[in-house]
Amino acid sequence: MTYQFDWSVLWTGQSGEWLLQGILTTLGISTLAWLLAAALGTVSGALRTVPFAPLRALATCYVEFFRNVPLLVWMFFWYFAVPPLLPGPLQDWLFNHGAEFWAGMFALGVYHGARFSEMIRSGIQSIPKTQFEAALSTGLTTAQTYRFVIIPIALRLIIPPIANESLNLLKNSSVALTISVTELTFQTRQIETYTARAFEALTAGTVIYLALCLGIATLMTKIERRFALPGMIGRVASAEH
Amino acid sequence: MDFTVVAKNIDFLILQGLLGFGNFVGGTFRLAIPAIVLGFILGIFIGLARLARTPWIRIPAMVYVEFFRGVPLVMVIFWFWFIIPLLLRVPLPEYGVALTAFVVFEAAYLGEIVRAGIQSVARGQAEAAMSTGLTPAQTMGYVILPQALRNMIPALVTQFIVLFKDTSLASIIGYVDLTKAAEIVNNREIRPFELYLFIAVVYWLCTYSMSRYARYLERRLTPG
Repeated sequence: MTYQFDWSVLWTGQSGEWLLQGILTTLGISTLAWLLAAALGTVSGALRTVPFAPLRALATCYVEFFRNVPLLVWMFFWYFAVPPLLPGPLQDWLFNHGAEFWAGMFALGVYHGARFSEMIRSGIQSIPKTQFEAALSTGLTTAQTYRFVIIPIALRLIIPPIANESLNLLKNSSVALTISVTELTFQTRQIETYTARAFEALTAGTVIYLALCLGIATLMTKIERRFALPGMIGRVASAEH
Repeated sequence: MDFTVVAKNIDFLILQGLLGFGNFVGGTFRLAIPAIVLGFILGIFIGLARLARTPWIRIPAMVYVEFFRGVPLVMVIFWFWFIIPLLLRVPLPEYGVALTAFVVFEAAYLGEIVRAGIQSVARGQAEAAMSTGLTPAQTMGYVILPQALRNMIPALVTQFIVLFKDTSLASIIGYVDLTKAAEIVNNREIRPFELYLFIAVVYWLCTYSMSRYARYLERRLTPG
């Protein structure tokens, strides 16, 4: 093989700018989607453990439907199928403000929310029932018990699986390139298209992803150590897919 | 809402897209099943290598696993899409590229399942087998692996569900799976809501039934 490497394509022309912009978009879409996923996951995960059956069923439907369908299908669904159904002014606003970014963010957040939900549920269920009863007997209402006792403990218990899943979210944000979100993988391909330098462009993208994942994993380990509850490690069964 | 578009194209969507019978080399199952089988075979080697005592076997296997778990699957698919023609000097069909990418990528995850499965077999088993005079290779082949495989089954079914969903990403390089089939029909009919909702339901039916089965297996195979 006589392939002449030319790494300068990564910083000549617009490549550097594209890569930087790709990193920022990847981090931006992942952060917003993470916040949405954390909110949806916490609420639906908590609802799956409440005594009131209709709420439990609603949360179960959300989780089982969204996490069992490929993310790519959700990207297409939220980008191509949903906007035409929205009221006119909202549609206009969306198409003037990067509809693909919001659709991608929404798809990513709703999909991972369902996956977070499973982890939060197993976190809550790993808390001894007596904690719940003790909290109720001090006069707290069910909602207060969740808000002040159960959720804070559960969140600390599930930091390791959530950390892992957050990295999956970051990696899955690459699927948004299918709806033309200009994230890191998209920009990598753009450099490849403009320079015909597949090897260099893909190497740059891969190294950046590895660095991001490694950086976040290190940060998460620190957080994990800071918040670990002594004697409660390993109580949460690892969540399934 | 006009779901007749689904009825009109059901043959193409299900036969071609999901199962792979038709004019295109395609199909979600036709990619997912060989990918899990081949990925598992490669995964056994990687899982065993990760448990090896020799560092130059153990460390490359560890790097392999950590590398592929730190990179998005989309990126891996593009690597194979661009690099295989460069190395082989011949263009490979989408099916070959997608299958190679999935086998290599999934092997990293399956290797971890294999490793966990082997580690779940009690240590005394290996010692007992060795003390009856079996060689280390025989101990692995006749005593440890059969028990480890049984312990792995629920995790393998779960991984197959993940892989099954991930095969939708092969549509990015033009492989005609269920997602691509819906895209093709949508380009002609412009009915995104009906079509994407329909394939979401098809995917859901497949994965949900598999995940129920995984849960059933887990209950049945858990000792005690």
